[in-house]
Formats: sequence, C-alpha cells, structure tokens
Amino acid sequence: MAEVEETLKRIQAHKGVIGTIVVNAEGIPIRTTLDNSSTVQYAGLLHQLTMKAKSTVRDIDPQNDLTFLRIRSKKHEIMVAPDKEYLLIVIQNPCE
Amino acid sequence: MFGDSEASGVDVESVWRKGWGARCEERSTQTGVISTGEAQTQSCCFQDAGVQTDASGERLQAVGLQTPAAVDYAGLLSFLQNVEEVVIRELNKNWKSHAFDGFEVNWMEQNETVSCLHSLAYPEAQEQKLQVTSVSWNATGSVIACSYGRMEDGDWSTEKSYVCTWNLDRRGLNPNRPDLVVEIPSSVMCLAFHPLQPSLVAGGLFTGEVLVWDTSRIEDPLVWRTGMTDDTHTDPVYQVGWIQGSKHGHPFHVLSVSTDGKILVWQEERDGLLKITDGFSLVCQQIPRSTKLKKHSRGDMVVGVTSLSFSHFEPSVFVTGTEGGFLLKCSTAVETIALQRGCSFALKAPAQFVFSPHGGPVYSVSCSPFHRNLFLSGGTDGHIHLHSMLQAQPLISLQLSKKYIFSVRWSPVRPLVFAAASGDGEVQLFDFGKSSQKPSVSIQQTPDQTPVYCLEFNSRQTQLLAAGDGRGTVKIWQLSSDFTAVGPREMNHLDQLANEITD
Repeated sequence: MAEVEETLKRIQAHKGVIGTIVVNAEGIPIRTTLDNSSTVQYAGLLHQLTMKAKSTVRDIDPQNDLTFLRIRSKKHEIMVAPDKEYLLIVIQNPCE
Repeated sequence: MFGDSEASGVDVESVWRKGWGARCEERSTQTGVISTGEAQTQSCCFQDAGVQTDASGERLQAVGLQTPAAVDYAGLLSFLQNVEEVVIRELNKNWKSHAFDGFEVNWMEQNETVSCLHSLAYPEAQEQKLQVTSVSWNATGSVIACSYGRMEDGDWSTEKSYVCTWNLDRRGLNPNRPDLVVEIPSSVMCLAFHPLQPSLVAGGLFTGEVLVWDTSRIEDPLVWRTGMTDDTHTDPVYQVGWIQGSKHGHPFHVLSVSTDGKILVWQEERDGLLKITDGFSLVCQQIPRSTKLKKHSRGDMVVGVTSLSFSHFEPSVFVTGTEGGFLLKCSTAVETIALQRGCSFALKAPAQFVFSPHGGPVYSVSCSPFHRNLFLSGGTDGHIHLHSMLQAQPLISLQLSKKYIFSVRWSPVRPLVFAAASGDGEVQLFDFGKSSQKPSVSIQQTPDQTPVYCLEFNSRQTQLLAAGDGRGTVKIWQLSSDFTAVGPREMNHLDQLANEITD
C-alpha cells in the first residue's frame, strides 16, 4: 500500500508531469492525482484507445503485443503503460 | 275357404303432445344464505435502527469514483514496479527531446487567399442610397447585424432607415433578404450585440436616442428605449457598447457615446425604458493643460466623443477618440464631477491622460486584446497610430489612406494583426510580424472607391471578417490561414513592439 503510493509519488515528481492515473482492466480509475472529472474522462477514453491500439498490434501480427503507448499533442504528451490488469497513464508537458 | 271379413280401421292416437306434457316438471332452487364475516388486523410493534460507517483511518484518493474499493495491492504494486522504470525512462526522454520542435500539423484545410463569402444587402435601403454605418456579430458568431443610415450629412432628416440581420449558418441564406428588418424613423449610427445573449442588440440613432432590440421577437423587436428626455444625448450617438458592472457577475449595461461630450451608461427599467445609471462628460476644464484644445475655449466647452474602446485587462480603463483629434485615456473609477449644465444626473469627469492628437476626428479606437498597454486609433487624417498607454507619442504612425480611416480593429486571435477600413473602399489587413509599414493584404471592397465605413472580426468563427460600405452592402470576407493561425513567439514580438520607443 505505502509502496504503491511511493512509486506513484516518484513518477509524479518528474519534470513536467501534470498527472498520473492508474486504471484497472475495466477502465475504472483506482488512483489519480487529477481532479475527478478529468480523471474519469482520461481513464475512459485512454482505456478504449489502448485496447484499440493493442488489438491493432495483435491483428497485424498475432505474435506481437503492445508494450507502450505515447501520444504527442499540441499541449501535452500522454504516456500509457499497459498490462493485463492495469494501465498507468502519465500526462506530461513537452519540454520548453 | 275364403270368406269376407271386415277389418275395422285402426286409430292411432298421436301421443307426442301428451308425452310432452307429461315430461314437464317444475322445480325451483335457491342458494343457501351467504355467510359474511369481518376481521381486522394491525401490527403493533415498531423498531428503529441506525447504521453508520466508521471514519476510516486512511482516506482513499479516488473519492467519488465508481468503485474505490476492491484493489489487489500486491498485483498493483508488482504492476507499478514493472512499469516504473520504463515510464521514467520515457518521461526523461520526452523532457529532453526536441524531436517535435517546430513541427506543425495542419488538420484544417488551408485557405491561401482572402475571399468574399457573402455579399449581403437590403435592396430597399440600397434604393434609398443608405450606407452601412455599423456591423456587429452576435455572441454565437453566426448572426451578422448591420445598420443603415447616413455618415456624411448632418441632416436631421426623418427619413426611415433600417437594422437588418442575417444568420450565416442558416440553410438557404438569401443575401438580399435579411432574416429580420427593423424600420427606424432616424438614421442609425452604430450597433452592438450583447456579449452573451445572442438575440439582444443595442443601437444608437442620429437623434441621440439609444434603443435595444430583441431579434428573436419578429413582431415587435424593440424592447428598451431611452426616449427623448433631458438626459438623452443631444447629438448623434457615435458608438454603443455593453459594459459589465464593477463586480463580476453583474448584469451588462448599455453604454453610449456622443459628440455632445457625454458617455452614458443605461440600465433597463420597467415599461421598456432605459434609465441612466452612470455618466461621464468630457469638458475642456478637465482636459490636462498645455494642449491646444484648451487655448481658445471656455472651461465648460464640451469635447465631442466619436469613439471609445475599453481595455481588455483593466475593466475600468478606456480610451476615447474625440472630434478634435485628441485621444484620451479615461477611467470609470473617478469621483470628480464635471462642469455640466442642463442634466439631471451628476456626470463625472473621466479623463486622465492626453495622447498626441490626430489631424482630425478620431473615428475608431481599439485596445489590444493581447497587450494591456497597446491600442490603435484611426481618423480622418488617414493615419493609424499605434499607441502605448504609457506615453503621449505614438509608437508607430502610418498613413494608410489619402482619405479617411473609418474603422480599425485588432484581430481577436492574432496578436500582431489588425484591420482597417478606409475611405477609398479598401479593407487593409496588417501583420506586424511581416511588415510594420505596409499592409499584408489590401482588399478592394467597393469597385468605385466608395468608402468602407465599418468592419468587425468574428471572435467565434475567427476566419470571418465583416465590412460594410457606402453602397449599402455588407461583405463577409474569409481570411486566409495566415491571419487566423497564431505563429510562434508572436507575443514576444508584441511585447517588443510595446517596449520599443518607450525609453
């Protein structure tokens, strides 16, 4: 429990990190540093997108799998680390 | 052997009737008495119970989320430990990466040139040879209103004029048939839509009256009017606007400026009347000394106001342009009472600072939406001045036209861009990022050099610019992409511009 928080704190303390969210397999957020409404929005949408990306990679080559997802937008960089059980979403500002 | 014998007939009697009769029987039957009974029942004991959870020692972070519980901490921890390294590596990589520097994606279709989307006009007004005196976009950015009147003659005529609106997003838009036409018994000089309510539009008349229409009421759009009282303007109203009360959340009030030197703030009252809630008066007495304005005039001579623009950063600060060519920085927060006669309301003297003058009446001022100190002014001398609020001399002075400049407006999206309407029928678009001397684009709106009297950017659909001219048409211009997409370091450039000559 404490170690979970510790790990999340270490990630959150990185330069430019705006927020971190942990989402379970159903797309439900279980840990977040953002406010309620944006957490729900990020969790729902990125869960869908990650599942879609995962199935895309597997459809192209069944031996392959998605390991990491990075999205570059005008304002942010969104990183998603996927797993069987959970997703870790980190939102970061791009460098100055 | 055979002998006669007589056989007697045989009678056979019909028996069916008898038989029928015999079979009849009479019977009667009746049910026994129905037994009824009554019984009552009632529960007789109650019990109350209260249940409450104990405050748990550790607050869950995910408050209010669907299922905060049911987390397998061992699984979560091993997951986090697995991904931590790779996430941190990517975070570091991303922070240091310059891979996307200067990379621009254009999802939108690029418009290379400025083109005319619509050419709107009301034929009856054109027949009367009325001019478009003012245009205004509504709060949603889809409706354009224009007022018809006369700019050049100071005749107190009672010739009727019009306010027309078109909804550009409407299917089957007819450029020669406005959605709404309001007839007005005097020339309309200016218009302004309410900043939030899409159907309210205020207008100022040549007679000095200020009106507010509701464009959603087709039958009788007029909702408020000032009437002709002692307090109303005695000269044409040159500009109307909406200002919010001093505190946030206050309702908007109508503001009007006129060449009688008064700036009045109106509040809606019952019976469709507008009442003064605040007022300012520009008189010579309060204009700071050492200006020519002062020399030949008495202290209570009025200074005619022809244009006004509020600062986007300080709600109490505004800049006015006057008939005499002077530009004044004013504040609504003043308490000084102006010398003024014949008015029931104590008008305040707002002037604080005088900028160096134009060579003639200043028809338009516009405060920069991106910089707190910058504003533009344009007048009958054909010059555009870029001023800083901090110094009297203009930062840049450009002669744009041999004729008058009727309107000048900053772009709502590009900090370095502004547009100007000139007396020789041109709409000029300036980009300080490209050149501070020449217009980037110069559009000829009228074929015969009839003046363009007004223009207005659309703050919602930023690629649109409306301009109204002396031939009674309003043209909707679609701007090219370089006038709508903000470039890098544009704000820095604007800051530089503002600081350039202040030393």
